[in-house]
Amino acid sequence: MISLDLIISLVLILTGALATLYFSLPKHARAGGLRAIRALQNLRRAIGLSVEEGKRLHVSLGNSSILGPNNASALVGLSALEQAARISLVGDRPPVATSGDGTLAILSQDTLQAAYRTNHATAQYDPDRGRLAGVTPFSYTAGVIPILSGEQISANLLVGYYGPEIALICEAAERQGAFVLAGSESLPAQAALYATAQEPLIGEELFAIPAYLQASPVHQASLKAQDVLRWVLILLLIAGAALKLVESVFGAPLL
Amino acid sequence: MRIRSPLVPAVTIAVGFVVLLGYFFPSLLVQNLRALLIDWGVSLAGVAALVGILNLVVVHWHKANDKENRSLYSLLLLAAFLITFGVGLWLSPADPGFQHVIIAIQVPVETSLMAVLAITLAYASLRLLQRRKGTMGTVFVVSALFFLLFLSGFLPVVRQIPLVGGVADFLHRLPVAGARGILLGIAAGSLMTGLRIFLGADRPYNG
Repeated sequence: MISLDLIISLVLILTGALATLYFSLPKHARAGGLRAIRALQNLRRAIGLSVEEGKRLHVSLGNSSILGPNNASALVGLSALEQAARISLVGDRPPVATSGDGTLAILSQDTLQAAYRTNHATAQYDPDRGRLAGVTPFSYTAGVIPILSGEQISANLLVGYYGPEIALICEAAERQGAFVLAGSESLPAQAALYATAQEPLIGEELFAIPAYLQASPVHQASLKAQDVLRWVLILLLIAGAALKLVESVFGAPLL
Repeated sequence: MRIRSPLVPAVTIAVGFVVLLGYFFPSLLVQNLRALLIDWGVSLAGVAALVGILNLVVVHWHKANDKENRSLYSLLLLAAFLITFGVGLWLSPADPGFQHVIIAIQVPVETSLMAVLAITLAYASLRLLQRRKGTMGTVFVVSALFFLLFLSGFLPVVRQIPLVGGVADFLHRLPVAGARGILLGIAAGSLMTGLRIFLGADRPYNG
């Protein structure tokens, strides 16, 4: 017998997939733009300025394992890295990506290579630009800080799983006068980022980065589907609370 | 722009489909296939960790050999790596003496960074109202101070007062409710990220 948890999971997956397909259809894709997120609008400007000034963009992918449950933000970071590499093609300095996990380091190199290959700029690819900075949270932090000061970084996109130690990277970037946009799925990191990052992303805002940077129909559709999914979750919560209330009134479980 | 090969996304989608199918259907064939694919993934991640370490060494080797901007810290890292690697191979990583030396170096260094982090966060909290002028900044600072005091255990008597105790219990649960709200949003975003990779819209790999 399939449990209630599995049924809810299946409903959410199907809702997400169907909503993405629905919003990808040409007539629905044109309707309604993306909701304004100031931090992401500032990111586009910062990447543009970085290219104009001949400086470098740093993309941090955090220190979660790709096989763990906290890898979604790192996958968003990889998607953002690909687009950032494309935008920086005309610049003097290619972006640098750091991670705290071997798999993520390889994927960051792969993503950079794919971005250059699809844009006929394979000669610009340098495997040293996708690197492992350290394998524990603090060694990763210690590995990233010298990069901020020594490699002419003017904009930082910190998207991945971190602990509160991310505050040290934000402070180091601020000392260099660099732009920092940061988001994480970890709650302690979000609290630290709200206090230290120039542009923090709270909650699900970080999952909007690919849609803002790539603005492809599927990414925009995915963001709209995410909003639909949020409403489905809210309705499920209300329904759960109502069932609990009815259960407490009648004294017997309904499900 | 050059078109990317459809082969790698096809393999990714097929593997994702089998793993997802194994989550919902208890069929022995699907379960075995799912377990096999996950085992391959774990083995590959182990190899990737080694490749990552090699990447770390190569990057610092290049930095140490950069004639214009030679990095002494990179030289130090390479020396520490070679000594640790060599002694680890010689004595084995399980050797108590080897572990004692590693911990005696690593723990004080990480504790020092933790102390720097505490000061950094305290200083950032002091500057928060200056940095985030507006309602949300004020709410963040006030609630952080309030819950720091409230959850510190200095006010146990409050919870024993009738009526006030109920309000105290509600306030005790409030941060948990907020955290759950944020986590549900993150769960929705994670699901959509997975679906984008599953549908081949996001490709965090070459090919």
